[in-house]
Amino acid sequence: MKVLVPIKRVIDYNVKARVKADNSDVDLTNVKMALNPFCEIAIEEAIRLKEAGIATEVIAVTIGAKASQEQLRTALALGADKAIHIETDEKLESLHVAKLLAKIVEQESPELVILGKQSIDSDNNQTGQMLAALTGRGQGTFASKVDVVNGTVNVTREVDGGLQTVALKLPAVVTTDLRLNEPRYASLPNIMKAKRKPLEVIAADSLGVDLTPRIQLVAVHEPAKRSGGIIVDDVAQLVDLLKTQAKVI
Amino acid sequence: MKTLVIADHDNGVLKPETSKTINAALKLGFPVNVLVAGESVAPLSEVIASIEGVNSVLIADNSEYAQQLAEKIADLVVSLAADYSHIVTSGTTTGKNFMPRVAALLDVAQISEIIEVVDADTFKRPIYAGNAIATVKSLDSKKVITVRASSFDLQGTQAPAECVTIDAVFSSELSSFVSVEQTESERPELTAAQVVISGGRGMQNGENFSLLHGIADKLGAAIGASRAAVDAGFVPNDMQVGQTGKIVAPNLYIAVGISGAIQHLAGMKDSKVIVAINKDPDAPIFQVADYGLVADLFDVLPELEQAL
Repeated sequence: MKVLVPIKRVIDYNVKARVKADNSDVDLTNVKMALNPFCEIAIEEAIRLKEAGIATEVIAVTIGAKASQEQLRTALALGADKAIHIETDEKLESLHVAKLLAKIVEQESPELVILGKQSIDSDNNQTGQMLAALTGRGQGTFASKVDVVNGTVNVTREVDGGLQTVALKLPAVVTTDLRLNEPRYASLPNIMKAKRKPLEVIAADSLGVDLTPRIQLVAVHEPAKRSGGIIVDDVAQLVDLLKTQAKVI
Repeated sequence: MKTLVIADHDNGVLKPETSKTINAALKLGFPVNVLVAGESVAPLSEVIASIEGVNSVLIADNSEYAQQLAEKIADLVVSLAADYSHIVTSGTTTGKNFMPRVAALLDVAQISEIIEVVDADTFKRPIYAGNAIATVKSLDSKKVITVRASSFDLQGTQAPAECVTIDAVFSSELSSFVSVEQTESERPELTAAQVVISGGRGMQNGENFSLLHGIADKLGAAIGASRAAVDAGFVPNDMQVGQTGKIVAPNLYIAVGISGAIQHLAGMKDSKVIVAINKDPDAPIFQVADYGLVADLFDVLPELEQAL
């Protein structure tokens, strides 16, 4: 079974995003970038399926500027067999990304596509669901367990109030939640080996997808700041202030 | 122009997010119809029809919709879409699941988790774990939107609006329901509670979360947790507050043994009053806390329970 893992280069999750002075966007110059944490989990799951003898080939794909090849090399070092870079300097929306990925799904016919549930920059949580819709596949979102059995994938989903398990007919699309697995680190020999693995580059505009923006970014602002609080001495003072000053209890 | 809101419910109980989502939808300025899809949803439709501002309720009552699987709900919503300029639902795990599927099938972009309606095309939404607020304008003729319910108020009640039954049924071979495992809790739901008390890695183990129970009972509070506490296996993951967990905005949020990582703050920094209890005076949580207590939680929690 072939597994496709779309990944994204994003701001490192430990870095606090700063808004540009002209309020046009978030400032990403000289900011540490990394593989989106949910994408790491998606890669890890695909590699585990390969180690379990279920997946035969793992293909990582990303869409973005040249620099995002770094994240593809990371995916290769973690165990992906081949990488596809859809190159574009445009800032794309989830719908565009899903449409471009649908072209790659058409080209590679993977039985399973595993994506992260959301990227930590746009916080959209859309691409996997959109890709499932565009390719006419079932979807298992927010997966905390993935079990492939005879042409079906059972996905345990993290939903409000507990866990829900659904059975999807393959081919299908799965998006990862945090607790699906603990991603491994790439070893130095594997990082070296990854440099020789195949990486195909495709120009985004050669795929025949209309990339006209559907959403206009009008402005980006800092969130309202909380006013500085006070440090209390003990529990008695805390309870007193909550009752008399804050009036919340 | 009309707005379709898809109601969020769970086992016959309407989620408070639905009322807040209707509040957001009314700000668009058009008549609001609400779709309720599920099995045996007649009692729910009565509740929805009585929410202030609801123009009519569309009822899709069929066993096919019992588990609200995305593939079926999306096809149902798409079949109704022609009559609406705006399609809106809440950003719960149900809404997040089916709504992008609806958007892609309609070939429009989705605006996720809006916190403010600027006008019928323009919305504010948090990005980068809430470290920035983006104002975005939809250029599509049809807007597909999810709402961050914690940013909107509950609607009042009205004389019931009309209810219309939808007969068309959408089934799908793509997915089927296997099982559900619900987390038992007698306490209020995390996203609806007026008071939330959360524990972090500082709680040290799952048993120690019982130290929060007495306080939660006295305050009528829901109990939450940081990702660290969830990942360490102290508590189940549907208690997680944060960027990738639940977003809460109660009147009072008490963070116990939580350092205050960006990802946790993203889920609770819109709370009205924040209290932090932590033994590390340099913990970032103190930068957002209205009241901070630098102390060992094991000393302070029993004292706090006594004092309430």
